[in-house]
Amino acid sequence: MTASGVTSGTGPSPDADPPQGGVPRDAPSEAGPRAITADQPAWTRLRWAASDAAVVTGRNLRHFVRQPQLLLFSTVQPVMFVLLFAFVFDGAIDVPTDDYLQYLLPGIFVQSVAFRAAQTAVGLAEDLDRGVIDRFRTLPMARSAVLAGRTFADLARNVFIVLLMAGVGLALGFRFETNPWLAVAAILMVSLFGYALSWVFAYVGLRTKGAEAAQSAGFVVMFPLVFASSVFVPVESMPGWLATFASWSPITHAADAARALSIGSGPALPPTLLSLTSIAVVLAVFVPLSVRAYRRAR
Amino acid sequence: MPHAVEVAGLRKAYGSTVALDGVDLTVAAGSVLGLLGPNGAGKTTLVRILTTLLSPDAGQARILGLDVAGDAERLRPRLGLAGQHASVDELLTARENLRMVGRLYHLPRRTAARRADELIERFDLGDAADRPVKGFSGGMRRRLDLAASLVNEPPVLFLDEPTTGLDPRSRLGLWEIIERLVEDGTTLLLTTQYLEEADRLADRIVVIDHGQVIAEGTGDALKERVGGQVVDVRVADLAEVEHARSVLSSLAHETPTSEGALLSLPTDDGVGTLVRAAQKLEAAEIAVTDLAVRRPSLDEVFLTLTARDDQDAAP
Ligand SMILES: Nc1ncnc2c1ncn2[C@@H]1O[C@H](COP(=O)(O)OP(=O)(O)OP(=O)(O)O)[C@@H](O)[C@H]1O
Ligand SMILES: [Mg+2]
Repeated sequence: MTASGVTSGTGPSPDADPPQGGVPRDAPSEAGPRAITADQPAWTRLRWAASDAAVVTGRNLRHFVRQPQLLLFSTVQPVMFVLLFAFVFDGAIDVPTDDYLQYLLPGIFVQSVAFRAAQTAVGLAEDLDRGVIDRFRTLPMARSAVLAGRTFADLARNVFIVLLMAGVGLALGFRFETNPWLAVAAILMVSLFGYALSWVFAYVGLRTKGAEAAQSAGFVVMFPLVFASSVFVPVESMPGWLATFASWSPITHAADAARALSIGSGPALPPTLLSLTSIAVVLAVFVPLSVRAYRRAR
Repeated sequence: MPHAVEVAGLRKAYGSTVALDGVDLTVAAGSVLGLLGPNGAGKTTLVRILTTLLSPDAGQARILGLDVAGDAERLRPRLGLAGQHASVDELLTARENLRMVGRLYHLPRRTAARRADELIERFDLGDAADRPVKGFSGGMRRRLDLAASLVNEPPVLFLDEPTTGLDPRSRLGLWEIIERLVEDGTTLLLTTQYLEEADRLADRIVVIDHGQVIAEGTGDALKERVGGQVVDVRVADLAEVEHARSVLSSLAHETPTSEGALLSLPTDDGVGTLVRAAQKLEAAEIAVTDLAVRRPSLDEVFLTLTARDDQDAAP
């Protein structure tokens, strides 16, 4: 059969209003396409917005599975960091714990979500480049669904990567020293932090032209920020100005909270509250910025 | 006949680049409008405004009586767009792409799946339906993109250069699919750079250039305006081009255009003009290396139309 083998009878269904008359069908049939419009009850719009976000999330999760190399490298890289730092710097860095690995691993959780966050920007920039976002924009779907679907899928990947890091750490001799609940809280906290960073990079991805630019922007920004934080070394060991900078960094807040929750390096509540506050601030700034950039993008 | 698409005084600028400079046009319900124009004419900009992707700076556009800017939400379920570059998801399969679009039109899961299967069969994508789009040929990608724009059975469809970059066979296949849609009553606005395509598919053609409508009518009417045929004369000596142009200018309704030693005369009567040109050149003792009749190319349609437009504009 060739492209000309079009069968009749599958065109617009005969019961659809003919386009003559220039009058729109105002009550589309039950099974027909439906828009989300301002005159619908709030719960209907919310239900459809949730359904749209779920569809886009599912699509993005499929992307992870279909790009095995990307999945491989994004897991190998943080594993490499664990091994490098644990063996190279063991004993060379003055940390409050006996064993550097105990200090390092909660930091590595944060480092791995911080370095992956740029993937949110890359994903959005690719969708813009390839016209997928244009397709979405012509559909009667919720405006929020593309960004929600992107960041939710990235959140799922963050949880996966943090769990993997925990597994690698356990194999190398890392031990959670608090209790299982706090260990779970640590993993959730780091994932939530990664979620907030995804919104930062959603903004970057919508504002930079092209996926590669978004990727490099991510690296140039995140690399120094991660090193200028308590991820690898205690803030107290840094020179004065850097220590001041690091103590204000949301990355430090997240790493301190993850540490307190997983190895009981101190009381858990104050650093957790501080980290949740900085996550809230990041979200409060970048969610509206990204949503606005999405409305305007190309 | 009522109009499915009505555009009045549409303007759009990107910074200092004016893409649309006051466009007016209408498309009758159930008819096909071919929007013809060279690169940068503003075709894509117009299509993007009409499909709610872009908002105009000034002017009005109504589709099925709904304003594209104000009623975008209610309009979207009734529109279909296959853009200039296929906007399909590379990593999903053809079937997954179509199901996803169906779900985003808020079709129930089963309806979306059935609709995807129907479209796959109709667009002859069966063999490739469960392979990622990444490995698709240009023609398959176009067919899938067109299928995706039909998931909602839109009464009004926009196709932006649907066959650019396709080989002749794929182009023919796509034309047949488009013709079938039109038979079923879909109103279609189609942009193209190919006169032949506009000629075959469109009931009416609008030519735009520099963001303005410079001509409109049926394909035949436009070709008559340009002259149905072209006589090419290649003079042996480049220095004789101007001499030949003045000798031949009385034969064509436009001043003959030239490129190097080649002169082109638009005309309605190709063979007659050819004979008379041969006689005149002989009498003027201008040596020629080649003399031929052919159909006008799209370039010449544009050149002629834009030249005429400039003349009209002059006082
Ligand atoms: N996003 C943009 N930013 C700046 N200028 C743009 C943008 N999009 C289009 N233009 C300019 O607007 C004008 C019209 O472009 P448009 O894409 O509508 O033309 P077109 O007729 O579709 O051309 P083509 O045949 O090449 O697709 C061109 O001069 C183009 O350079
Ligand atoms: Mg274009």
